[in-house]
Amino acid sequence: MSTTVIESGEEASRENASLRDKPGTGNTPIVRYQGVTKSFGDVQVLKGIDLEMMPGEKVAVIGPSGSGKTTMGRMLMTLEEPTEGTIELDGELLWHMRVKDRLVRADEKHLHRMRGHVGMVFQHFNLFPHMNVLRNVTEAPRKVLGLSKEEAEERAVSMLGKVGLADKLKMYPSHLSGGQKQRVAIARALVMKPKVMVFDEVTSALDPELVGEVLEVIREIAEEGEMAMMLITHEMDFAKEIADRVIFGADGRIVEQGTPEEIFENPQSERLQSFLQRFRAQGI
Amino acid sequence: MWDWNYVLDVLPQLLSALKMTVWITLCSFVVSLIVGLLLALAARSRFKPLAYVTKGIIEFIRNTPLLVQVFFLYYSLPLLMGVSIPAFYAGVIGLGLHYSTYLSEVYRSGIEAVPKGQWEAATALNYTKGQTWRIVILPQAIPPIIPVLGNYLIVMFKETPILSAITLVEMMLTAKNVVSQSFRAFEPYTLVGILFLAISYIASLLVQRLEKRMNLLRGK
Repeated sequence: MSTTVIESGEEASRENASLRDKPGTGNTPIVRYQGVTKSFGDVQVLKGIDLEMMPGEKVAVIGPSGSGKTTMGRMLMTLEEPTEGTIELDGELLWHMRVKDRLVRADEKHLHRMRGHVGMVFQHFNLFPHMNVLRNVTEAPRKVLGLSKEEAEERAVSMLGKVGLADKLKMYPSHLSGGQKQRVAIARALVMKPKVMVFDEVTSALDPELVGEVLEVIREIAEEGEMAMMLITHEMDFAKEIADRVIFGADGRIVEQGTPEEIFENPQSERLQSFLQRFRAQGI
Repeated sequence: MWDWNYVLDVLPQLLSALKMTVWITLCSFVVSLIVGLLLALAARSRFKPLAYVTKGIIEFIRNTPLLVQVFFLYYSLPLLMGVSIPAFYAGVIGLGLHYSTYLSEVYRSGIEAVPKGQWEAATALNYTKGQTWRIVILPQAIPPIIPVLGNYLIVMFKETPILSAITLVEMMLTAKNVVSQSFRAFEPYTLVGILFLAISYIASLLVQRLEKRMNLLRGK
């Protein structure tokens, strides 16, 4: 990974940071991948990822299936451990601890603390089927953040209102449409107030007519601006519209990154050009 | 051949033994529910030695007869360790422990049926391991296996006559005692069979109803 690419990305994000962020969030990246690789057995799916995200920055990650996009996001959520390299979250190592100048694997206590900064929305929603909508959204704030029932419900109801589901509080997930489920899942992740949120192909499992309502919700969240977002997506138009920066990954590497205009209007690498061409040919 | 007067004579004794039998069954079932869950969790432990030892214990208990196990608890343990266990406790522990190994397998199937995404969602919400089990996994793993657990309750009920071998006065031993005094075997043993049948049948109907209720609750 050449350093120039990272720097250009950083500059772009700084501009956005100055536009959007409150003072005090500063210039420390909220997320920093350094030389991150990941192998599953003999297969190396990530071959050295360097990436920085600034607080409040919206980064879209695009690329062909199997390029390791999802693995990248899952590492930030501590669902997948990097094989090599480090990930920093808000200036602190995520997967490692420093013991006598040596990096060792972090213990569960450290991971638990760090995880509190990150949230994730999954492709397949992963709502808890045995809880109604309200409890899906209140349970973690109560049990993990230690909010009272009243506080948690207040927060949950306002969040569910924001995603347009205030009238579905008592419903169970099995009675919701895919789009509604995904909006509950977004509310469930948002009430934890993470600093970074990973959206992992959140519309890929939805019927086409339900994609719009979910993207609309994400758009609104993005406009609020406080939270950094990593949008792993196949929705090019959406990435273009929402992202401060777009990252194109292929074969386990970041091939190209830049503003949406740079990536979509003026792609440099051949890989990206052919990828975009294929997408346009499919009319997606 | 069938003497109704004799039946009325022995029935009260058998019914009070039935109460005892049901009580033993319920106590053993509680033991096996708890120990079975602990075994299932320990067998899944990421700490490998614990997982292997647990699997070893499960195999050992399953592959030795229940009768031998209760004999060991009741007759051998006092010789080896100097502690004597009253027949009731030896019976409850023996039966409960034996079936806990089967129930651990039932729990395992329930736990494995919970999709991986549920674990990941729990991690993403930053639940601790314990909370993940209590709040997310077990509430989904257990309802589907309740009918199977109910069937094991019935199986355990029908296994209680084995405990007559360690002088636990359940229905079978009561009947035997009656027979040894009156030398009439037909009525007492037949009655024992009928009582077992009646209770088991009622219990299996209850399990079926429970199964339907659970399915309704889960919206299926």
